Amino acid sequence: MNNIIVYCEIEEGAIVDVSLELLTKGKRLADELKCGLDAVVIGNAIPGLEKIIFPFGVDNLLIAEDDKLYPYTTLPHASILCQLIREEKPQIVLFGATSIGRDLAPRIASALKCGLTADCTSLEIGDHKDKKEKQDYENLLYQIRPAFGGNIIATIINPDTRPQMATVREGVMKKEIYAPNYQGKVKKLDVGKYTKSEDFVVRIIERHMEKKKIDIKNSHIIVSGGYGVGSKENFDLLFQLAEVLGAEVGGSRAAVDAGYIPHERQIGQTGVTVRPHLYIACGISGAVQHRAGMEQSAMIISINKDPNAPINHIADYAIIGDVGEVIPKLIKYYKKNAK
Amino acid sequence: MKGLKIIVLAKQVPDTRNVGKDAMKANGTVNRAALPAVFNPEDLKALEQALRIKDKNPGSTVTLLTMGPGRAAEIIREGLYRGADGGILITDRKFAGSDTLATSYAISLAVKKLAPYDIVISGRQAIDGDTAQVGPQTAEKLGIPQVTYCEEVISITNKKVVIKRRLERGIETVECPTPALITVHGSAPDCRSRNARLLMKYKHAETVTELQDSTDDYLELHDKRPYLNIQEWTVDDLNADESWLGLTGSPTKVKKVTNVVFTAKESKVLGSTDEELEGMIKELLENHTIG
Repeated sequence: MNNIIVYCEIEEGAIVDVSLELLTKGKRLADELKCGLDAVVIGNAIPGLEKIIFPFGVDNLLIAEDDKLYPYTTLPHASILCQLIREEKPQIVLFGATSIGRDLAPRIASALKCGLTADCTSLEIGDHKDKKEKQDYENLLYQIRPAFGGNIIATIINPDTRPQMATVREGVMKKEIYAPNYQGKVKKLDVGKYTKSEDFVVRIIERHMEKKKIDIKNSHIIVSGGYGVGSKENFDLLFQLAEVLGAEVGGSRAAVDAGYIPHERQIGQTGVTVRPHLYIACGISGAVQHRAGMEQSAMIISINKDPNAPINHIADYAIIGDVGEVIPKLIKYYKKNAK
Repeated sequence: MKGLKIIVLAKQVPDTRNVGKDAMKANGTVNRAALPAVFNPEDLKALEQALRIKDKNPGSTVTLLTMGPGRAAEIIREGLYRGADGGILITDRKFAGSDTLATSYAISLAVKKLAPYDIVISGRQAIDGDTAQVGPQTAEKLGIPQVTYCEEVISITNKKVVIKRRLERGIETVECPTPALITVHGSAPDCRSRNARLLMKYKHAETVTELQDSTDDYLELHDKRPYLNIQEWTVDDLNADESWLGLTGSPTKVKKVTNVVFTAKESKVLGSTDEELEGMIKELLENHTIG
């Protein structure tokens, strides 16, 4: 079977998180399809790159190393990948849905005339029956993404063209080591053979990058706590749940006032307003000031000891119970059931 | 200095920012008729950047290019009221069902028909799809470089354009030779308002199709004032290969669509037993709320 390629992005001498998340997901898909996983890294040299990449279960690490390939510009990266994809004939190619991935992937999809789905939040392998053409397809990549301003979830497939390409949002998939001592092969590409001089016509004059900040507003899942969480230590449970779900942690004003969580994470009338796909309210009674900042969430789960807490009226799932008891169970059953 | 030829790619979109109750049909598909159609917000910002280039470079022209059904001529008029010099509507039933690849093919043919040009500029993405793919795909098909996420076109001199880009974690200034395709980020400044004089001038600008239902007076007016004619281009005008258009030309297919917002809010009350919590987690995994 043809392999899966993950394009790994570099920022300041390191592989970015979303690429490692994609390697984790890519390995799962590769195991399901019984094929190999290839990582492509294009840019300047990164010390210890093999030690970072191989534990994710990568079988082939393809490196195009040259100082003029970093920072990223579109054309040389696109040329290298197009030629590489023609040679390796992968069945699937994955990119992070980042400034870089969303600039690069469509350029490649156009050149190769293949299908591309943007901003996926989930990827699965599945079959497809085309009733009109009376044709059966096996082991297609289901590319699942919100569409229409987040009001619908669409499953997209590319039945006839290869590779099947997708960009995937940061933080929606888990990053997990596959095997610490996994050993794959390294292949260094001759950059001169994969690029032309015309690829270097765009020149970067200036560049200012900021450190990653807490970004509650753009998080698709938020685990949020109120005064009812009871202690700073209990709040650690919320961070643990957020970690496994790829979520951010927020809090109500009462939790901020009690010193459980810093002000920059406050959600509600005097904090930020959020509308994630999933909002998990832990020990939050649901005062109107808090609801104003979160009631437009697509789905709400509340965890509260009080069956009459106002939050339960707007919750899709109202769990009546103790935060300290419920959250560890949620983590346990998520780990057990998630693929 | 000789003026520049600027082409603005724009799309008329259903306003997904204000989705009301009847926006979804019972079968989960989008009820486009229930949503107001608007000028895609980032495309309007692209128009503003184009008009600023025109302001700084006298003699430049701004041409709007849009693809869609007949009513999409509305956004061409909207562009004319704000300072565009002309517009073309690409319209044909054979385009129906096009994904981003087929769309960029059609648009690139139309742009080629307008060659030579200096700048092609559009919004980063449209609010009905949020894919941000048509810009880069069109650039590839035109064989020109792309500069995405533009916040400001700083200057154009000697066939080089300098652009400030807004990236997710910072800003970057790049220099790129023209012709180039630029996509404009949401952080760019808003478009200027309609101009009263232009509104009067272009009030009766219409496509041939729209004119069919008009009275003789209008036909005469259009003969006298040719700038009121909004051109329509079909598959034949573009000499397009039909196998690259519409559903046939689109490698991506929609397998399934699920409505997420307008499912009735029915609270499920659970205890904290293992069975109940595991059941909930399984449901959430199943409908991709978590994954």
